[in-house]
Amino acid sequence: MASKKNGKQTVKIESPVSIAATAAIVGPKEGDGPLRLYFDMIIDDELWGEKSWEKAESKIVKETFSRLLSKADKTTGDIDYVIAGDLLNQCIAANFGLRDSEIPFFGVFGACSTIAESMQLGTMLIDGGYADNVVALTSSHFCSAEKQFRFPLELGTQRPPTSQWTVTGSGAVLLTNQGSGPYITYLTTGKIVDMGIKDSNNMGAAMAPAAVDTIATHFKDTGLPIDYYDLIVTGDLGLVGKTICADLLKRHGFDISDRYNDCGVMIFDCKRQDVHSGGSGCACSATVFTGFIYHEIMKGNLNRVLFVPTGALMSTTSTQQGESIPAIAHAVSVERVLSS
Amino acid sequence: MYNIMTKKEYEKYAEKIAPKSNVVRNTARAFVVGGLICVVGQVITNLLKSKGYDMDDTSNLTALIMILIGIIFTGLNVYDELGKFAGAGSIVPITGFANSIVSPAMEFKSEGYIMGVGAKMFVIAGPVLVYGISASVVIGIIYYLLNF
Repeated sequence: MASKKNGKQTVKIESPVSIAATAAIVGPKEGDGPLRLYFDMIIDDELWGEKSWEKAESKIVKETFSRLLSKADKTTGDIDYVIAGDLLNQCIAANFGLRDSEIPFFGVFGACSTIAESMQLGTMLIDGGYADNVVALTSSHFCSAEKQFRFPLELGTQRPPTSQWTVTGSGAVLLTNQGSGPYITYLTTGKIVDMGIKDSNNMGAAMAPAAVDTIATHFKDTGLPIDYYDLIVTGDLGLVGKTICADLLKRHGFDISDRYNDCGVMIFDCKRQDVHSGGSGCACSATVFTGFIYHEIMKGNLNRVLFVPTGALMSTTSTQQGESIPAIAHAVSVERVLSS
Repeated sequence: MYNIMTKKEYEKYAEKIAPKSNVVRNTARAFVVGGLICVVGQVITNLLKSKGYDMDDTSNLTALIMILIGIIFTGLNVYDELGKFAGAGSIVPITGFANSIVSPAMEFKSEGYIMGVGAKMFVIAGPVLVYGISASVVIGIIYYLLNF
């Protein structure tokens, strides 16, 4: 068995891999939410001076990336790889946003779990000795996502109460083998889980079983007690998925409810901002992590966090063909100091 | 896999947890707003009649004016807000039909006037037109046969 493997789906990162810096840019609605003070920048309007939503999303990616480098005091020459992805077909937000970066690039797709997928792969690259500095980045945009997955913005329809609001923004993480924490210690890579939910307006219910599977597997693989973590945070299950996730985990004997939250619930004030079940999209978990969670760890308010972004792996074609929604969740352990 | 339910059981379980739409409130809103849109139509009809238009011209002009109103309110970014409030109350009248054509036209303008506006304009109204016209043809044939 591979020496770094720790159980069925988990790897333990032996050489210290740190998060040297993070950056987050969000849209106006997110900037009006409860986490507004944690973001690096809030854009005033969703087009941000561009001619299309897609161009605006690429611009957000580009700006988030350059802000990350300047915060970490790095140049593009210091970065070995960028691993990035988004929700748009063929990941064009990342491809176009980073096309001038001149850095070896891996485009990845894990739907809204993409930030965890890219952080896991980046950590493995560094731990394996293939890189010193890796950037993991994702983005999503409410308008471009609505255009691709749902209806035109100006169409007068009602959203069902289980629906979620795609977060506009981008979050980026700089991983390095030279930093002094916070450290990435365990990675639990999720499997594709499909419990037969077909309603693309109820992604929380579609993704919750994947989060349950990954979180339970993480604790089984590592043997860690639940109270090892101050916070266990899923990606974008929203109010409906969060309820399901906590309930199912409890039934499996993992009662995480006193230290559990969900980025989709945290990023918006669901009632006041009229987002129904909460936020979603690649940028949901990415901006909550790079904005709020990272800063709370740096301040010492959080010591150990299990970050579990979730993704719904369907397309408009599969939905129209009546397929159910496969989902995935990846877990990343982030610790402020290394336990001896 | 951590699983204690079959897919069927999970579907039922998830349905139980999901919040339900407020049917009474939504129906009441649809009734009021839909009714008000019809009142606007009726006012236009009465005005046109008082100007001396005959019944055929009056109903055609009323439909045209209502479509224009739907288009303008869509362009002003108001119709989606109305739809969010009223649901079927603003979807069913002819103003809603106008909204369903203009909103994709606006959305896909970034892909150009041919493949964007032109091709995507009927992406929502298309099925309504296809099956609406097909149904009218079928009914027309039945009507013809009954009167034969």
